[in-house]
Amino acid sequence: MTHTDAIYGLAGGAMIGLAAAAMLLGNGRIAGVSGIFGNALRNDGERMSRLAFVLGLLAGGGILAILWPARMPHVAVAPLEMILFAGILVGFGTQLGSGCTSGHGVCGVARLSPRSLIATGTFMATGAITVALMHAFGVSA
Amino acid sequence: MRPRNVILSFIIGVVFALGLGLAGMTIPQKIVGFLDFGGHWDPTLLFVMGGATVVYAIAFRLIRRRERPLFADVLAVPTRRDIDARLIAGASLFGIGWGMGGFCPGPGLVGSVGLGSQTLLFVAGMTGGVVLYRIWDRAVNRVGARATSATASNG
Repeated sequence: MTHTDAIYGLAGGAMIGLAAAAMLLGNGRIAGVSGIFGNALRNDGERMSRLAFVLGLLAGGGILAILWPARMPHVAVAPLEMILFAGILVGFGTQLGSGCTSGHGVCGVARLSPRSLIATGTFMATGAITVALMHAFGVSA
Repeated sequence: MRPRNVILSFIIGVVFALGLGLAGMTIPQKIVGFLDFGGHWDPTLLFVMGGATVVYAIAFRLIRRRERPLFADVLAVPTRRDIDARLIAGASLFGIGWGMGGFCPGPGLVGSVGLGSQTLLFVAGMTGGVVLYRIWDRAVNRVGARATSATASNG
């Protein structure tokens, strides 16, 4: 990590925090990506709003791909079949645990929610163990 | 849900994605580098979460004082405080997937716009994982309801 990485990290983090704050101030909702994505098609009064958020993420990705393509994911950290399996774990796990890095890690931790603090500690721990095991077994793309 | 809620959600999604990109969180190597405590540790994610959490914590304290949000009737803030098995198991599984692929839901979706095979597979897997959860949850609830009614009739 360079000094620039740290400054961009703080600035990007502040943007994420502001976006999440706008969600609470405007719509009265928690900006949790897994919750919004997992319920995107649920047929209630807020379906359009959830779909718009997901569409906004994709549009932001499009802007990024044009303006700063180096910031898009290019090289995989694991074989593609493992990435697919990782996606299944992330999808199932975030629904079972009611949140991910945004809902628990940012919004919940900032509110000092005990559930989110425990969840964040847990997914960081199992993530670190997974990376350690992958390195120990020499797994790479 | 009014049009302004929908427009606001879209703008929030765009800013959120650009924040992730600026912070470098759309690059899976940065995530794995953070989780690699035994190796060449990359603390960038800590700065990102720090920046986001501090901004949101201050905003939350100010917003909470309001009677209601600008464009909605209620502040829908989670109130549960119990630590249950689902929370721990779910966070554990999520963490394993996060470390394995270097993606959490936001960066996976943002990155999928590049149409690279890894992010498309990740988002496909994530969608499948959500569907699997719904099926599993429904089955568990059905068994639970049957057990409850059996106990009730036995009692």
